[in-house]
Amino acid sequence: MQAAEGKVLKYGDNVDTDVIIPARYLAIQDKEELASHAMEDIDPEFRSKLMAGDIVVGGKNFGCGSSREHAPQVLQTSGVGCVIAESFARIFYRNALNIGLPIVEAPDAAKEIKDGDRVKVDFDAGVITDETTGKTYEAAPFPPFLQKMIEVGGLVNYVNEKM
Amino acid sequence: MAMTMSQKILAKHAGLDEVKAGQLIMAKVDLVHGNDITTPVAIREMKKMKQETVFDKDKVVFVMDHFVPNKDITSAKCTQMCRNFATEQGLKNYFDVGKMGIEHALIPEQGLIVAGELSVGADSHTCTYGALGAFSTGVGSTDMAAAMATGELWFKVPAAIKVNLVGKKQKWISGKDVILHLIGEIGVDGALYQSLEFTGPGVGELSMDDRFTICNMAIEAGAKNGIFPVDDKTVDYINAHATKPYTVYEADPDAEYAREITIDLGSLKSTVSFPHLPENTHEIGSFGEIKIDQSVIGSCTNGRIQDIREAAEILRGRKVAPNVRCIVIPATQEIYLEMLKEDLARVFIEAGAVVSTPTCGPCLGGYMGILAPHERCVSTTNRNFVGRMGDTTSEVYLASPAVAAASAVTGRISGPAELGL
Ligand code: SF4
Repeated sequence: MQAAEGKVLKYGDNVDTDVIIPARYLAIQDKEELASHAMEDIDPEFRSKLMAGDIVVGGKNFGCGSSREHAPQVLQTSGVGCVIAESFARIFYRNALNIGLPIVEAPDAAKEIKDGDRVKVDFDAGVITDETTGKTYEAAPFPPFLQKMIEVGGLVNYVNEKM
Repeated sequence: MAMTMSQKILAKHAGLDEVKAGQLIMAKVDLVHGNDITTPVAIREMKKMKQETVFDKDKVVFVMDHFVPNKDITSAKCTQMCRNFATEQGLKNYFDVGKMGIEHALIPEQGLIVAGELSVGADSHTCTYGALGAFSTGVGSTDMAAAMATGELWFKVPAAIKVNLVGKKQKWISGKDVILHLIGEIGVDGALYQSLEFTGPGVGELSMDDRFTICNMAIEAGAKNGIFPVDDKTVDYINAHATKPYTVYEADPDAEYAREITIDLGSLKSTVSFPHLPENTHEIGSFGEIKIDQSVIGSCTNGRIQDIREAAEILRGRKVAPNVRCIVIPATQEIYLEMLKEDLARVFIEAGAVVSTPTCGPCLGGYMGILAPHERCVSTTNRNFVGRMGDTTSEVYLASPAVAAASAVTGRISGPAELGL
């Protein structure tokens, strides 16, 4: 897996899938058009601030609420390189990995990293570096099964490999 | 090794003698379902797979419920895509307008899930069917695609929280108060990645509809699933709705739990979750006047016949307050029909409420009751996040059908006691 590197856009606890992508847009089938509404209910400037590769940092229970896969998908389509949080809601966690959006559970990093910091995440080494403060954090590594799934590019490819 | 009820069902479906919390397993699923929002995404993912047909035509279920009858052209296209795929694949259980209901009320009612089974659905409230003693959990659309194609899926075996129910609940206290109280105690991430396993003498005090409501909102505590033991009420329900065989699993007496919680049903009061998180619970009587603009009675949480009957009992012979819109949505066609047979639709209409065909509608801010800026709604639904039912400055207060109905009459958040009931 490659590393992610970019500036941080930071949010609080319980960022739910209703604010990541409001239900009123869910019938939109065009990925780009759907992604243009990413995070608009929590941060209307999200899309204009975000540069490809940037890192979203959240608090506890990131991605709680509805199971909509549109949530990790709009973050991925918008160009988010990685999401770091203190903890993730479990369906969001599954969905992100299944579609190949890297997400990292790292409580200390999520608490201390500030909005606007430049951060690098090395997935293989399991190390998060805040380049603005110089501090490094450990990230819990994925279990081998999930590493394999992420390596092949998500669940669809994983299933195809097994067939 | 001792196992919880959820762990036993997972072990069985993974073909293993035992599993332990944290273990990753591949398990066979008995049912896979999706709705008009999640299924189109799953169909697209499945089309990328080598497998072109679903693993079992009888075990893949599509329910059109979120935006149907279709609210606009884009939602009509979603339904069309599901309909075409269902026809192409020869799915036995495709539910469209006229036959549909809100998936989590419809699937148990149609007998598609029974005790001991393992089911996944591309909708977070799939955890509802734990009320029947099944292991049931919400997944994403790519998971749904993989499960539709292969009949199996990866799971991480959850640890569990044991919720011991004791005592007898008072009049007007229902499953909704039990689960809101629990979420208030442990928080919206209190059961993250874990099962909520309900047990104890209080279980027998709860109707099946109460249990569905409780398991429905397990996800609002972050839980992977909620589950009830199988008793006479469960068996009666299954016999009345399903024809397939069921299996009863019980937790081992020495199973390990991450945590144990006791809830005395007798001490529960009508509970309301304030904006913008289900954990912000307050009991009726502990807060001042909160005026409302709308009251919604329905959803996969509280659109079942017991809920409709309770609301009707309160609204019978009374009037919805001026300036309040009261929207009643039975969760399935069968419930709708039962409501007509019992002449409850008349009760609501005479009170000044509207009665809708089954739909998720306002629950997720889809249509049929969207809130304007700064409006307030008391709702029997399950989520009160920012913008959930409309404008981002609007507010949703979660409550039982009894509270939603009483509030519709008084025009402010109230319990039935305020009406002398
Ligand atoms: S009623 Fe609400 S919570 Fe239930 S399935 Fe529909 S949108 Fe989801």
